[in-house]
Amino acid sequence: MVTTLLDARRARHIAAQVPDPEMPMLTLADLGVLRDVEVREDGTVVASLTPTYSGCPAMAEMRAEVAARLTDAGYARVEIRTVLTPPWSSDWITPAGRAKLAESGIAPPGAAPRGPVELTLSPTRRTVACPRCGATDTEETSRFAATSCKALWRCRACREPFEYVKEI
Amino acid sequence: MSDDHVYLSLAEGHDDSDARWAFGTGFEDPLHGVDQSVPEGTDTAQLAAYCLALGDDALVSAQRLAQWCTAAPELEEEVALANIGLDLLGQTRLLYARAGQVDGTGRGEDAYAYFRDADAFRNVRLAELPNGDFAFSITRLLVLSSWRLALFERLAVTTSDPVLAAIAAKGVKELAYHRQYAAEWAVRLGDGTEESQRRMRDALAAVAPYVDELFAETGELKAEVLAVLRQVTDAAGLAWPETAPVPGHGRDGDHTEHLVPLLTELQSVARAHPEATW
Repeated sequence: MVTTLLDARRARHIAAQVPDPEMPMLTLADLGVLRDVEVREDGTVVASLTPTYSGCPAMAEMRAEVAARLTDAGYARVEIRTVLTPPWSSDWITPAGRAKLAESGIAPPGAAPRGPVELTLSPTRRTVACPRCGATDTEETSRFAATSCKALWRCRACREPFEYVKEI
Repeated sequence: MSDDHVYLSLAEGHDDSDARWAFGTGFEDPLHGVDQSVPEGTDTAQLAAYCLALGDDALVSAQRLAQWCTAAPELEEEVALANIGLDLLGQTRLLYARAGQVDGTGRGEDAYAYFRDADAFRNVRLAELPNGDFAFSITRLLVLSSWRLALFERLAVTTSDPVLAAIAAKGVKELAYHRQYAAEWAVRLGDGTEESQRRMRDALAAVAPYVDELFAETGELKAEVLAVLRQVTDAAGLAWPETAPVPGHGRDGDHTEHLVPLLTELQSVARAHPEATW
C-alpha cells in the first residue's frame, strides 16, 4: 500500500512535468490539463487528461508524451484516459502557470465566465495588462490567434503586440 | 531531431502507433479512455443518428470555413475563421466517435467523414451552401453558431447520454466565441458603408429561407435563437427578413447541389489512397 502511494506520487510527478506542446513554458499540470494520475494494484498507471478545446491538435501529442515518459520511467503498463467532463476551464491554469505565461510575454486569462452565455454587442471594457510593460492601455486585435486558446492584443503604450490566453 | 526542417522533424521518431498529423496516420480515438457505456433504455439507433447529424453539421461547416484560407479580407479574419473551423472539426471527431460506439459498428471517424456519400449526410443545408462573399459567410456563421449554441446548452443538461452531454457542454464554451465573432462582424458590416450594408441585406435574404429547417426537431429553441438574431440585426440597423422557407430538410438527406462537390474535395485524398499511411 505504501509502495503504491509512493509510486503514485512519483508517477504523478513524471506526468506533471510534461510540457505543453504549443506553450512549452507550461507543464500539463500548470495548464490544468492533467486531471489525475493513479497507480492501480496491478501496477498500471492511469493518467487522465482533458482537452482544452475540442479541436486541440496537441491532445494526441500530449497523450503520446505522457505515455512515453511514464514508460521510460519504468512503468510497464500505462493507460491514458480522456476526461471530457467537467470541461476544461482557463481558471484551472495554476498561479505558477500564470506567472510563467507572463514571463514569456503572454497575458494570462482573467476569471472565466459562468452561467448562461449572453451575447453582448456594446463594447466591453476588459483590462488586460501588457505582459511586457505592464500598461493597461491595451486593445484586442483579434479574438483568435495562433492556437485555439489565445487571442491577439496590442499595447498602446509600448506598441508591442502580445498574446492573451482567453477565458473559457 | 531535424529542428531546421519542420516537416522532417515531424516524421522522425514516431512509430506507427504514434503518428498523428493527418488522415491515414492512425489518429487516435478522440474518446480514448472515456467510459463508453450507454445508459439503459437508450434508443441507440436514434442516439447514433443524432450524433452523426450534429457531427455532419460541424464537418461541413468546418470545410466551408477552411475554404476561406488565403481568401479572407485580412490575415486576422483568416486565422479566426480557421480557428472556428478547427473547433468544429474537434466537435465532429468527438461526435463521430460517439456515433461509432453507440451504433455498434465500431466505425471510426474516418469511415464517417471520408467513406459516406452525400446522400448519407444529414447536415442542415445552410451549412453546405457555398461561401459567397464575406457578409454571407458571417451571416451563416451567426445563424448556425446561435442555433448550435442554444442546442448544445440544452443538450448539456437534457440528454440522457453522458458522453453527448459532455461534448455539448464543452462545445458551448467554443460556440459562444464563434457567435460573438460573427455578431460583431454582422454589426460592423450592417452599420458600415452603403456597400457593406447592401451585402448584409443580401446575405440575410439568402440565409433566412434555410433557417426554419434548423428548428424541425427543436421548435422550442426557435424563439430564443430568433431573439438573438434580432438583437444583432437591430444593432446593425438591419431587419430580419420574413421569407418563405425552402422546402425539404437536410436531416432527411435532402441536399442542395452544393454538397457533392464539397464532399468530393474533402474525400478525394482518402478515397484515392484508402489504405494510405504516412
